[in-house]
Amino acid sequence: MNRSTMVLGGAAALIAAAPFLIPDFYVNLLNYVGMATLVALGLVLLTGVAGVVSFGQQAFVGMAAYTTAVLTTSTQLSPWLGLLASLALVATAAVLLGVVTLRLSGHYLSIGTIAWGIAIYYLFGTLPGLGQYYGIDNIPPIRIGDFSFDTPLTLYLLIWSATLAALAAARNLLDSRPGRAIRALRFRSAMAESFGIDAGALKLVVFLYAALLAGVAGWLHAHFLRFVSPHAFGINAGIDYLFMAVIGGAAQVWGAVVGASIVTLLREWLKDWLPKLFEHTGNYETIVFGVLMTLLLFRTRDGLTPYLTRWFPPTPQPVPPLATPVLPRRERPPVGTVLLEAQGLHKAFGGLVAVKDMGLQLRAGEILGLIGPNGAGKTTMFNLISGTLASDSGLVRLRGERIDGQGARAIARLGLVRSFQHVHLVSQMSVLDNVALGAHLRGRHGTLAAMLRADRRDEAQLMAEAARQIERVGLGDSMHKASGSLALGQQRIVEIARALAADPLVLLLDEPAAGLRWNEKQALAELLSNLRAEGLAVLIVEHDMEFVMGLVDRLVVMDFGEKLAEGLPLEMQAHPAVIEAYLGGVA
Amino acid sequence: MKAPPLLQATDLRVAYGKIEALYGVNLQVEPGSIVSVIGPNGAGKTTLLAALMGVLPLSGGRVEFAGRDVSKLSVEVRVAQGLSLVPERRELFGELSVEDNLRLGAFARLRRGERNAAGDLESIYARFPRLKDRRRQFAATLSGGERQMLAIGRALMARPKLLMLDEPSLGLAPLITREILHIVAELRDTGVAILLIEQNARAALQISDLGYVLETGEVALQGSATELANDPRVIESYLGLRSATPVAQT
Amino acid sequence: MNTDIALWMVQDGVVTGAIYGLMALALVLVFAVTRVIFVPQGEFVSMAGLTLGTLQLGQTPGTVYLLVGGGLLVAAVEMVQAARLGLLRQRLPRLILAWIILPVAMAMLVVWLAPHKLGSWVEMALTLGLIVPVGPMLYRIAYRPLANASVLVLFIVSMAVHYALTGIELAMFGGEGLRTNAISDWVLGSGSMKIGAQSIWVVSASVACMVVLWFFFERSLYGKALRATAINRVGARLVGISTDLAGRTAFLLAAAIGALSGLLMSPITTVYFDSGLMIGLKGFVGAILGGMVSYPLAVLGAVGVGLLESFSSFWASAYKETIVFTLLIPVLLWRSLTARHLVAEDEEE
Repeated sequence: MNRSTMVLGGAAALIAAAPFLIPDFYVNLLNYVGMATLVALGLVLLTGVAGVVSFGQQAFVGMAAYTTAVLTTSTQLSPWLGLLASLALVATAAVLLGVVTLRLSGHYLSIGTIAWGIAIYYLFGTLPGLGQYYGIDNIPPIRIGDFSFDTPLTLYLLIWSATLAALAAARNLLDSRPGRAIRALRFRSAMAESFGIDAGALKLVVFLYAALLAGVAGWLHAHFLRFVSPHAFGINAGIDYLFMAVIGGAAQVWGAVVGASIVTLLREWLKDWLPKLFEHTGNYETIVFGVLMTLLLFRTRDGLTPYLTRWFPPTPQPVPPLATPVLPRRERPPVGTVLLEAQGLHKAFGGLVAVKDMGLQLRAGEILGLIGPNGAGKTTMFNLISGTLASDSGLVRLRGERIDGQGARAIARLGLVRSFQHVHLVSQMSVLDNVALGAHLRGRHGTLAAMLRADRRDEAQLMAEAARQIERVGLGDSMHKASGSLALGQQRIVEIARALAADPLVLLLDEPAAGLRWNEKQALAELLSNLRAEGLAVLIVEHDMEFVMGLVDRLVVMDFGEKLAEGLPLEMQAHPAVIEAYLGGVA
Repeated sequence: MKAPPLLQATDLRVAYGKIEALYGVNLQVEPGSIVSVIGPNGAGKTTLLAALMGVLPLSGGRVEFAGRDVSKLSVEVRVAQGLSLVPERRELFGELSVEDNLRLGAFARLRRGERNAAGDLESIYARFPRLKDRRRQFAATLSGGERQMLAIGRALMARPKLLMLDEPSLGLAPLITREILHIVAELRDTGVAILLIEQNARAALQISDLGYVLETGEVALQGSATELANDPRVIESYLGLRSATPVAQT
Repeated sequence: MNTDIALWMVQDGVVTGAIYGLMALALVLVFAVTRVIFVPQGEFVSMAGLTLGTLQLGQTPGTVYLLVGGGLLVAAVEMVQAARLGLLRQRLPRLILAWIILPVAMAMLVVWLAPHKLGSWVEMALTLGLIVPVGPMLYRIAYRPLANASVLVLFIVSMAVHYALTGIELAMFGGEGLRTNAISDWVLGSGSMKIGAQSIWVVSASVACMVVLWFFFERSLYGKALRATAINRVGARLVGISTDLAGRTAFLLAAAIGALSGLLMSPITTVYFDSGLMIGLKGFVGAILGGMVSYPLAVLGAVGVGLLESFSSFWASAYKETIVFTLLIPVLLWRSLTARHLVAEDEEE
């Protein structure tokens, strides 16, 4: 048993033992912490991991609390049916709001969440059926048969079981195929799309999960206090939840517990202690609370959890057993078949023509170099072929099938994989996880399966495939390092491993040798030659002529968005127009 | 005794997180000279200029400018002391007019109360007549060459002692590149020192006094521009394809 | 509903809309220059209203302590920073003048003049003198140390600042609301076409404020420098416009606009210590309706919010706030359907 498992076990034991050791007052306080943790956990996933900032979680908490309150008081329904109804309502609202707001860029969304939070708060206070500002009381406790959860202790067990289950599910999710994709969204959504990850749908799923967690918290809230009123669901509550997520460390599951504990306990203690320190009872706690939060953010922008976890070494990820059944591979066309064909591609940005009437052909088992001065339109050409940009006219065929006009995701599915000019790795994620992102389309399990750990066989295959590709490019020793800690050259190699994990037929590489040292370039050239021998088609943009000339079979030279020349490397070296344009024959 | 160099960078180090981009670069620029830095993409050339300007923090080493240690000073203070950068991305104020862009170039001087700064506009327009024609237009509507001229003009409005140019020919047609480099050479004759990064190594060395070759964050070679232009390693890597030798395929 | 009521409501809507419009202007300005979503913008409004109200009672407002305290804090922070750079001796005299002597002098002036009840104009000038410097102080203390943080962190700091300021206002002014005297109480027109002088004041002062801002941004060097920072931060630094200077200026303007709005608004509605958040947020709704980038559109959006609020308080007064804030959702939907760049830009790592 390693140290971090021991710590987790210890923490779990402590949580289980706590209510028997401390007075009821504190048990109740911990109950508040537990409920807040549920909401904060949703925000950790939403804000810290997926990068979507919501100030409106209290609206979901309130919606669920009111739904169950109304149903169980006016129609005497069982609280369990109240739970179902609450979650159904919250899910519907979340999907509607999510579809409307998630497509917007960040700040709009955050402001939108503030607005709906306030709108719903006032609605709670004004709708006649909801008891207006007095709220609804006499809510029955939750029961199982004759057993009723109505003491601090029993509620503690209920609340913390739900909280721990949610924490475990979130942890499972983050360590899975959809989880890796979610972790990539915030920083690298263009890259994610190029590996077939549907960024929009994933964000919606996370948003829904966060809303459902808030819903569960709201349901518990109603049956814990046995009373609901609008005040608990005002905008300040929403701000507090976000504080919790940020203070705890918005990128870690355990951050939710840390943040919820700190904010809840701090508020409680300030309420107790400040009146004793100052003579008259002004509302000093809000001042002190605001100042403390600001100071915490100055000191720890990533929250407190990284400071706490520093004391515990991370559990090393196990090396995936390479013997796992291999993922099925795509059928390879024979060497020499035309795989990729572009004709008459045209693209203008405003008045500036970036690509003009460009065409090229790429065959299986061939490396084609695309060269030209900076600004000649090579990267635009890449973007047009891979579907990252839509062309103004012209067509692109992959294995004879039209792919222009299809999005990057669909094209990735057909076996065309690209790299980006700048390194597009998720730097906090391990090399292994980054490469496994490449194999995203080769896995099939979704979010729910991942939370319940029903995806392990599939996951093992994906990880084994990722590990295999890492070994293949010679980075086996760095598999578990954070990708951001590698040297630039190695990061570029990781990107190639990630592309290979997608089992591509066509590989588009944008300046793969930039920033590499001489021997690294040699190794890269060897790797690419091997891939060619296996029948892969490679299109490469590169400035390093020594590297290109020794590697490619044919060259296409671009200048000012147009094809200047095309032919064998040696022909191009002697081509006067190429020398003039590329080498800058400034007299 | 020899006067100290205008710019002296000693053991310059820059890191992005844990990745080192520059490992102990030493570089000097004498007053009134043109110094070129050439090297492959990703070698750290842009990082070097950003660090000299103060846009990126140093992780080690020091920068002295006009005899003062400026390593800890902000970009704005360095501008006021006579250091200017024309960055690779130009960084113009797209939704302001050409003339406003130029005026703001003299912001540091106007703030000090130098009233003659406005008069410099005419000398910029004399040097770049095309900017005068477009003085009322938004900077965003200019063509690539005009944008580069505006960026240089804006930097000159600060009356720099040292002008640093990052890839001035990027994305420009050969004719315009030639024009821009010609202007750069003229600037030296007015007493402005130039530190130039240029992908077109041959053209850059032709107008330079000194050159440095930067490879993977280190100075691999340095010397007079003529020496470098005749150095076989430079010829092979940066000046011509003709002598490139294919890598043996394994 | 008859024409009289309709006209009255239009008038009411335009007047509150003008205040929201000023909020929207300040919010767009601060966001463009500093990337701070300045939630506590409305706090300047409530603070100004309450300060003016206290002065009209012949008492010393608590704002004097805020000014002096804030000044001391900034001075301390600046001294530490100057000492670190080895520039303490050079910067000390200016620091002490700007952040200690001037605030203390202002505070003493207020303490001396407050019991004399020198009339609206003097009291309004004193209020501005007390509140406007708080803007740059706030920037220096709360935002400047985080200048490179993400929009999210800055947003959350804004929330914390909002908490702190609301608490400070409660401590300074107590929970009672105040309503200040109108600048004059004559009424224009007669019968169904009555327009109160205060309404005219609010609208014309708002318009004047907008015109002044327009001249500032279009004609003055500092105004252009602020715009340059908003357009391209790197470019601005490269010509010597420091992010710090731009930030301080933006917050100074925001505080001035907020304080002015407070002076205009406090004779119309009772201001409480916590009125700020809602005023600020409605300005926000207006700014978003206007697209968050264009100043005139932001003002137009804000006037729209004022009208909507005015009419919904007639038809469904209980649902007034719900209606105003729900309005944002269809607007966002419309924007999301028409937005060209659907994939949000990736955050920098």
